[in-house]
Amino acid sequence: MTTYQLIGNGIAAFLTLCIFSFLYKDNPFYKFAERLVAGVATGYFTMLLFWTNFQDKVWQPIVHNGQYEYIIPAFLGVIMWTRFSKKWSWVSRYSIAFYIGIGSGVSITVYLYTYLFKQLQATIGVPISLGFAGVNTLVIVVAVLSALFYFFFSMPHTGVIGVLSRFGIYIIMIGFGAGFGLTVMGRVALLVQRVIFLKNYVIALVGG
Amino acid sequence: MTFLEKMMQIDRRWIYLAIGLAVIIPTIKSFNVPVTVSPEVRKIYDFVSKLKPGEYVFVCVDYDPTSMAELNPMTIAIVNQAFAGDLKVIFVTLSQFGPGMVEQITSELAEKHHKTRGQDYVFLGYRPYPAITIMALGVDFRVPFPLDYYGTPLDSLPMMSGIKNFSDVKGVIEITSGNTADFWLIYGNGRYGFPLALGITGVMSSNYYQYLQSGQLFGIIPGVKGAAEYERLVGFPGEGMEQMAYQVIAHSVIILFIILSNVAYFATGRKKSGLGGGAR
Repeated sequence: MTTYQLIGNGIAAFLTLCIFSFLYKDNPFYKFAERLVAGVATGYFTMLLFWTNFQDKVWQPIVHNGQYEYIIPAFLGVIMWTRFSKKWSWVSRYSIAFYIGIGSGVSITVYLYTYLFKQLQATIGVPISLGFAGVNTLVIVVAVLSALFYFFFSMPHTGVIGVLSRFGIYIIMIGFGAGFGLTVMGRVALLVQRVIFLKNYVIALVGG
Repeated sequence: MTFLEKMMQIDRRWIYLAIGLAVIIPTIKSFNVPVTVSPEVRKIYDFVSKLKPGEYVFVCVDYDPTSMAELNPMTIAIVNQAFAGDLKVIFVTLSQFGPGMVEQITSELAEKHHKTRGQDYVFLGYRPYPAITIMALGVDFRVPFPLDYYGTPLDSLPMMSGIKNFSDVKGVIEITSGNTADFWLIYGNGRYGFPLALGITGVMSSNYYQYLQSGQLFGIIPGVKGAAEYERLVGFPGEGMEQMAYQVIAHSVIILFIILSNVAYFATGRKKSGLGGGAR
């Protein structure tokens, strides 16, 4: 590890410990690290947007390449700033209308295809049978309907409906359980990665 | 107050300390954890390994430093496999902090595998608004990215000669910690129909398995466990495998606390209102 890396990793190790100190209680070290992250992130993002979007997609095409059609979207972007004026804020509705109109037109069909048709097809596509795939289909169909019945409040949850909704809540809990387990793994991974980083830093510091 | 009653009122900071001490154990004495490969991870590995040298794969790195712990190991494993198999890799990011992730990984692995930017891999860069960017990529990579991240026109890169859009790549692997996975599903797979696989954080995993079953995805790498599985398949053990020992210890402590708190909860007859975390 070079001296430059050692200093850089030393700062990172110090900031890691600053953030961890919040686990005990709020303190100035934590506040410093938190605000540093927010400030650096904002500055970085602003400059990234400027150089990869304004420069590339507005300034370069219009000023240097003579692609004047880019003035139209640029103008729509600029009039969004009229939101800051009570008198002129209505102008920004043209940009919003344009954006929402195109967004809706493009999205509605692909949303239906992705989230509804393909999912419905997968749920009912494989016929119920005694084979693994068939039993799997049966489980999916029963689980989907039961979970939906749990949220179906137009009739009392008694009798068959009661049994189905009860089964539905178990299915939902299994889903939550899987989600919780994977969330714990993810959160532990964040801690572990920092512990490994600190370990490697100490080894580099001591061992050279 | 009995021991169990005390356990029900334990300061949460003791639990933090216990977890913190537990994860230090593997730093002192590490051990190997057997990793079983799941079918959804193997499918991605098989897909990449069946590609012939010179074929193109599209890797989208949509995460930032807060998700590095889970997602960097799987990205490194995939890129290692692709570079080792002499595949051409096109990188893009739809996350504002993604460029740093891509640059770190490509600079390290390109040097290791003797790969050259522009010939063996290309980094298109970052654009906001994932839906618009994905749809534009589907028309022509040059629409959203006339230049690569380093300012070189795509047409002047040898690797991009004759490569227009998703129909020229064999598949897309999206590694993400956010909702860009949905955008790739809807506007990528839904609109253009290319093979799509996801590498995602643990917390997201249970929300995307239904797309695997419906065939909208051909594989999923879920969290750091999936990364460890992929590393095992690729034969480049990395941080994913290293994390497994820590994960086992940390999970053991968490399970111990869950058992202890449940025993205490039921043994104290659920009599203390406000204990145990549940509303009554």
